[in-house]
Amino acid sequence: MSMDNILTISSVGKSFGGLHILKDISLEVKKGERIGIIGPNGAGKTTFFNLLTGDLAPSTGEIYHYEENITKQPNYKRARNGIVRTFQKNNLLNELTVLDNLLLVLQRKRGLGRVWYKPRGARKYPGLYEEADELMNKWGLYHQRDIVVKNLSYGEQRQIEILLGVATEPSILLLDEPTAGMSQSETDYIVDLLHKLPRDLTLMIIEHDLDIVFGLSDRMVVLYDGGVLVEGRPEQVRMDKRVNEIYIGSGDEATC
Amino acid sequence: MRNTYVQFLVSFVALAAAPFVLSLFHLNLLSEILILAIFALSLNVLVGFTGLVSLGHAAFFGVGAYTAAVVAQNVSADMFVTLGLAVAGSFLLAAVIGMFCIKVSGFYFLMLTLAFSQMIYSFIHQSTNLTGGSNGLSGIPRPEMGSFIFGNPVLIFYLVLAVFFVSYAVLRMIVKSPYGQVLVGIRENETRVKSMGYNTGFYKYSAFILAGIFGGVSGALYTYFNGFIAPSDVYWTMSGTALIMVLVGGAGTMLGPVLGAALIVVLETIVSSYVDQWMLVLGLVFITFVVFFPKGIVGIGQSLYKNAVKKKPVYEKKKSRAA
Amino acid sequence: MDILGAQLVNGLSYGLLLFIITCGLSLIFGILGVLNLAHGSLYMFGAYIAYSLTATYTQSFWTALIVAPIIVALIALVVERVLLRPTYHLGHLSQVLLTFGLAYVFHDIASFIWGSNVLSITVPTALAGSFAIFGQTFPVYRLAVIAIGLVIAILLWFVQEKTKWGAIIRAGLSDKEMIGGLGVNIKLVFTTVFVIGGLLAGFGGVIAAPVLGIYPSMEFETLILALVVLVIGGLGSISGTLVASILVGLVETFSRFLVPELSMFLVFGLMAVILVAKPNGLLGKQVAHS
Repeated sequence: MSMDNILTISSVGKSFGGLHILKDISLEVKKGERIGIIGPNGAGKTTFFNLLTGDLAPSTGEIYHYEENITKQPNYKRARNGIVRTFQKNNLLNELTVLDNLLLVLQRKRGLGRVWYKPRGARKYPGLYEEADELMNKWGLYHQRDIVVKNLSYGEQRQIEILLGVATEPSILLLDEPTAGMSQSETDYIVDLLHKLPRDLTLMIIEHDLDIVFGLSDRMVVLYDGGVLVEGRPEQVRMDKRVNEIYIGSGDEATC
Repeated sequence: MRNTYVQFLVSFVALAAAPFVLSLFHLNLLSEILILAIFALSLNVLVGFTGLVSLGHAAFFGVGAYTAAVVAQNVSADMFVTLGLAVAGSFLLAAVIGMFCIKVSGFYFLMLTLAFSQMIYSFIHQSTNLTGGSNGLSGIPRPEMGSFIFGNPVLIFYLVLAVFFVSYAVLRMIVKSPYGQVLVGIRENETRVKSMGYNTGFYKYSAFILAGIFGGVSGALYTYFNGFIAPSDVYWTMSGTALIMVLVGGAGTMLGPVLGAALIVVLETIVSSYVDQWMLVLGLVFITFVVFFPKGIVGIGQSLYKNAVKKKPVYEKKKSRAA
Repeated sequence: MDILGAQLVNGLSYGLLLFIITCGLSLIFGILGVLNLAHGSLYMFGAYIAYSLTATYTQSFWTALIVAPIIVALIALVVERVLLRPTYHLGHLSQVLLTFGLAYVFHDIASFIWGSNVLSITVPTALAGSFAIFGQTFPVYRLAVIAIGLVIAILLWFVQEKTKWGAIIRAGLSDKEMIGGLGVNIKLVFTTVFVIGGLLAGFGGVIAAPVLGIYPSMEFETLILALVVLVIGGLGSISGTLVASILVGLVETFSRFLVPELSMFLVFGLMAVILVAKPNGLLGKQVAHS
């Protein structure tokens, strides 16, 4: 639990019924670090994220955010404290516009979530709409401002997914397969976007495309069968025999 | 903004002129519509804005109505006392029931609200001493305000109208506020809203209480209006009718429940004067809306409007910008 | 002591009656994902049709016991094919609302055909007497209801656990997409399950008629109790529904006997307590999100 560690994960495990999805995972995440998480399907990557964000409670072990034990903290509190995630499948407010999606995030950040006596509007909430517009401009999404999310393409929705994650100015952002199901050009766009994220933002990224994740990460964690198989610098992991074995062995990961 | 105030003012003036134009029968019909519109609007906070489909909203209507009646008969007919206690009663009930119902979602929520409201119904039905049992309570004194008595249907109408406009304005303000937008977010995708950092449990619980309070207000008005209250007004069919009003009018809009209440009340009056099978007609109307017009009367209006606008080039311009 | 024993039998028979009705509701909810709010109406039709059959045409309870559920099953078939099948794309919630509208329609159809007076069916002579165990007498009909309920429970358990159809249903309860994966015609499964649910509801209606009477709004009272049983028992287990039915039957009967003013209150209170302690129901697996 050193002060430098934004997250300290200590012997965390998760089982459903008798099935051990994750066993005894320990990991320290330093501030500003970028950690890539890879592993074959069913290795427990998303479950691991769910434990960190509080969407699931771990069966064993403890999780610290800086020095605070957050093992039992509900997910919304963790999100408020800066542990923010994106979802593997687009998980947006589909019937609302991009702006409304974004406003919901920003109004929370500004502590306006419980204001019930003043209808929302640009004039009544100085700064709120400007911030939303600024963010959309910055990420080149302003032209989608008033489009209802369900009318966007899958790839465009994926960008909004990341935009919502970044908008809260989290201390750590957990990206769950940000490029899943996207075309090459859309993937390039997202990768470009990820590279443009502020360097002091701590990142954890689950990604199937190994090139992307090797390019983004300072450190890699390979999950296999619910445990940490290898942990190290991208070059080390790339050369590791065991990693090559599971990827060549299963065959489905490295290619996609 | 100014446009909204103008609309408010115009509709208020138009409705305030009703007693000079309408017969007593039609004026009473209008009062009933406005009361049930408040009831439907309150349910709409849950169903339309938060996405929690309740089939037990009559509990709050009933508690509001019976509280106002019992208090008027035994304590004081002063409107501030009866309405205040009706609100307090429905608030308490919502606070208790809400704790249970908010824990579940989907059909479980529907079943739980239904079960709790039937519990209230059987309580009212069985506690004969307090509520008159199956006979209900009659001869309830008219509401007073100081020495002023709302002694005739026209005065009652103005009282109902005033409360209606206040309720409408307050609910409109709330659903358009940041708080209300969180409710909409919960309706659309609760998981996401949670991961944005919102304690959705708090929002659902407070929405439940808000809906309960205004449900109680409409119940109290109903007692003022009728001077009579019976357990059948607390029965689940009352909840069902309110739900039908919301969905037929257009859930998640402010105007929808009002239009829904108007349509159902008018239709009931017309149908009942010809045949006994009102529930059958209501059921068929409802099924038709669910299948063919899921967005209700407001949705029909919107698509008509869209079709009308479509022919103009303005739309094309917008479209090309969006693409 | 004598009275308590009689109440015990009453409670058990009421509980098993609830079981017969609720297991159909639970099956439909589990497989189709639709909470059928017209289920009580099907139960009511069972009772009214049985009344018509015994009062006018055949005079035989036994014929009614066979024929009425079949007619109700046919009604269920029509409902599924005409109202539900074309509307699956609308989503489960809309479909629940459709069944809700249907309950209104059925209510008026019943009161149009059979009027609003309380009707009754006499207990068939073979089951009319009473039966002495341990020096106490029990009405044979109530005991017969208990026996029938248990037989149905065992039958359902057997089908669900030991047959191919049961495997499909179990698969459907845990994961709806799996039914399709098994190479089964999912539409056929939906229709069959809905019809079986209707059959059970109709059957329950016939059996209930001699003890509970036949009257307008009987369907809603039963529907609400069935929903309570569903919530208490939890989704997806026959044993859960059985335990919950018996529990509700006993609580309802005994409280009606001991503290009549509070009977419904206690039943709903029981539900609230169980829901707080075990949100998924007594033996349920997981609360279904719509």
